[in-house]
Amino acid sequence: MTTAHVRPNYMLIWLYLFVMTVAEVALAFELPVSRNAKLIMLLVLAVVKALLVALFFMHLKFERWRLRLIFIVPLPLAAILVTTVILEKVW
Amino acid sequence: MTHATATADQMRPPFPAEPGAGVYSNKLGMWVFLASDVMFFTALIGSYIVLRFGMTDPWAAPGAVLNVPLTAFNTFLLICSSVSMVKAYAAIADGKKYFLRPVPGKMLRDGGLKLWLLVTIICGAMFVGVQLLEYTKLIGHGFTPAGFREGSQLAEHALADPVRFGAATSGMYGSTFFTMTGFHGFHVTCGVISMLYLYFTKVLPEKYSANDHRGIEVIGLYWHFVDLVWIILFTIVYLI
Repeated sequence: MTTAHVRPNYMLIWLYLFVMTVAEVALAFELPVSRNAKLIMLLVLAVVKALLVALFFMHLKFERWRLRLIFIVPLPLAAILVTTVILEKVW
Repeated sequence: MTHATATADQMRPPFPAEPGAGVYSNKLGMWVFLASDVMFFTALIGSYIVLRFGMTDPWAAPGAVLNVPLTAFNTFLLICSSVSMVKAYAAIADGKKYFLRPVPGKMLRDGGLKLWLLVTIICGAMFVGVQLLEYTKLIGHGFTPAGFREGSQLAEHALADPVRFGAATSGMYGSTFFTMTGFHGFHVTCGVISMLYLYFTKVLPEKYSANDHRGIEVIGLYWHFVDLVWIILFTIVYLI
């Protein structure tokens, strides 16, 4: 439902995304941190950026839960799929 | 806003059918498709994770084979196109069908749907162009979906430094890289074609209005999803 809501500042979201992309590239190539720390920080940044896009650009923040569920439901399924295949590989 | 007039609001209930999720059917359909697309990309990304971290031999170091600055620029293009898409949506939600219009007392002119959707199309097309350029360069250097081509520049580098260039895993690297980025590029291409179609059949003839701009909202959802997938792909393919 396209309800009337306060419109988010899209240019500010764009700035966040831009700054985080620069941070990611700097983190991957310039900063002297351990490989595992780098891996975790990069994944966190990617998830935050993806959430910004989903919540504000795709307006999920302003939708009702029934609609959000459609997008949320495949996420645990995705986790199950990947975990199962990893376990298969480990055994 | 009244619903029972000649300018019935197609974007908000009550509208015919599909009362369940409280959205019009085109939008519900797009969300269901996006949910299925999540699983599609999970299959690709999941197999990449399993293949990469299940390997005992090292994978090529980030930036050794791929051109990260070029792709970072491409990421920037896609983020810009996502913003212009949402600006296009906001413009038509306010009924701004025009390209540019002067605002009294202001230097900058106000952009409408025609401007912002065109910006989105151009950024999307540029993304595909840069990706094609990247593929051409990579294949020229010897990085193919089957790994490093024998006798190529990259194959020589890999001989000199097998750990940094992941000489033993180059076949797996090539196939996962081209499959994931290729399918994403295909999504972007489909988006650009769909937007071009909308631009000429609906936007230029001014068929959208503040009360009915379903096409723009639905293609917007698709476009932002493609951007979202790229954010994940850029991190796990190019930076890790």
